[in-house]
Amino acid sequence: MKQILTVANKEFHDGLRNRWLVSITLIFALLSVGLTYFGAAASGAVGVTSLSTTVASLASLAVFLIPLIALLLSYDSFVGEQESGTLLLLLTYPLSKSQLLLGKFIGQGGIIALATLLGFGASAVLLYFQLGDTEIFSAFGLFIISAILLGLSFTAISYLISLSVSEKSKAAGFALITWFLFALAFDLALLALLVGVEDGVTQQGLTQLMMLNPTDIFRLVNLSGLDSSDVNGALAVAINASLSQVQLISALVAWVILPLTLAIFIFKKKTL
Amino acid sequence: MNTPLVSLVEAGKTYGQLDVLSAMTMSLNEGEVLGLFGHNGAGKTTMMKLILGVISPDKGKVEVMGMAPDSKEAWHARSKVGYLPENVSFYEQLTGLEVLTYFAKLKGFSKKQAIDLLEQVGITYAMKRQVKTYSKGMRQRLGLAQAFIGEPKLLLLDEPTVGLDPIATRDFYKTVDELKSNGSSVILCSHVLPGVEQHIDRAMILSSGKLLAMGTLSELRQQAALPVIIKPSGLNGAVAQDSKLNAFLTKNCQQTLMVPEQDKLAVLKQLLNLDGLDDIHVESANLEQVYQHFLEQHELDLQQKTQGEQN
Repeated sequence: MKQILTVANKEFHDGLRNRWLVSITLIFALLSVGLTYFGAAASGAVGVTSLSTTVASLASLAVFLIPLIALLLSYDSFVGEQESGTLLLLLTYPLSKSQLLLGKFIGQGGIIALATLLGFGASAVLLYFQLGDTEIFSAFGLFIISAILLGLSFTAISYLISLSVSEKSKAAGFALITWFLFALAFDLALLALLVGVEDGVTQQGLTQLMMLNPTDIFRLVNLSGLDSSDVNGALAVAINASLSQVQLISALVAWVILPLTLAIFIFKKKTL
Repeated sequence: MNTPLVSLVEAGKTYGQLDVLSAMTMSLNEGEVLGLFGHNGAGKTTMMKLILGVISPDKGKVEVMGMAPDSKEAWHARSKVGYLPENVSFYEQLTGLEVLTYFAKLKGFSKKQAIDLLEQVGITYAMKRQVKTYSKGMRQRLGLAQAFIGEPKLLLLDEPTVGLDPIATRDFYKTVDELKSNGSSVILCSHVLPGVEQHIDRAMILSSGKLLAMGTLSELRQQAALPVIIKPSGLNGAVAQDSKLNAFLTKNCQQTLMVPEQDKLAVLKQLLNLDGLDDIHVESANLEQVYQHFLEQHELDLQQKTQGEQN
């Protein structure tokens, strides 16, 4: 345990030093405050709009940003150390591969989690002062928790990439492709399936397919409670057959644990 | 009581078709310094990785302190092993002290020990600076400090003196001698370099995964049967007239004798008896020549083998 914390501490401080924490927090805060105030600008009004619209717009932006940031933060955490030779050195220490991986995960995941909490939490506090409604905290609480899980999930996925390639540049390429597939292409494919193939998938089947993509689970968590007027695309269909929030959050947690376990497995097989 | 600290028995490692290391047998005792020599790709690094337990042997057995280094039980022995990899570049954005503290903590030591080690390798003045501002020699010193964490019983150093200036090299060898007298064993891995001879007890010469020769320097010299070069001065042709001595004269230089190791003393005695001798210079084959000899021998063997196959 001490070894894990030593690694985690180092990774967390790297995140602080490289201004990752500050920049991610700033991006999230600006985004959420901006959307909170100007989300309704299109309809001609400036000011705090309804809670559900705000969370909906936040979620649809976060679903692109968070995976991208998590992948950027961690894609080189193993392949980078492999290239500089420190990975080999670390493995001669009394430090097991799973300790190293978990330590990195806690450190880098901590950066993502803290940035999400601070960035989006800021606008929750701001909204509370404007509206004075405690419902804000429960709505934002769910949003922030699911956003953190989404970030952790993509951190674990980027470890899979980082451990499977032998060059940093390749890892970057794969990270970009992964982001494109999960955040954009998957939904388009689902939509094509829905529209293009008659009776191709049932509503039930669609929801099940969506469990294959953590970004879709994140969308479901945050949009299913809202008015369907704020939601469109394949999601609107799936929402009607929605699972309970507990089930959805558990699915997200599974999307953190499974890639992480697989990453440990790959790391153990890997020869240096 | 005299169990070797490290022992390899017929240990081999293959990557695909390639025999990186074939049937290596060696042992290293406590307090012994072993020099491991060979070209790039000779299998030096692979052998080190086997001893470190980072990879497992495909054949044979590797034991360090009585345990297989890649096993779970050897876990705690790892903090007693120090390693300096070749071409390691430490976390550039961290300071020297932060890097060393990180590694010290992973071995269960504190920041204070890290500072002491930085002092030992002489870079305390730069410990608050980021590693990316370090020169090659300073990085190497940092790497050495890292390998010295926790007074290891076994040290594996891959090209330790690359990039070090002569004074730092001397300091480094002094540290090696100190560790040795404290009972630590050291494996020094390098291309052959001058100055290493006095500090190693035994040498091992590798080429393309095979052991070409192993032994103390004088054993290797004997095996190689390289002549001793003796240069007397002030004799004015007395050597050429002596029927016994002129057999050792080199063809192109009338002042230089090439004498086999076993005849050295006899020849020297005879030379000392000659009148007019005012100086004498004796030079045994150095490590580099021994190394060259074994590699050339190996090349010849390979050529003969391929010729034999062609015929």
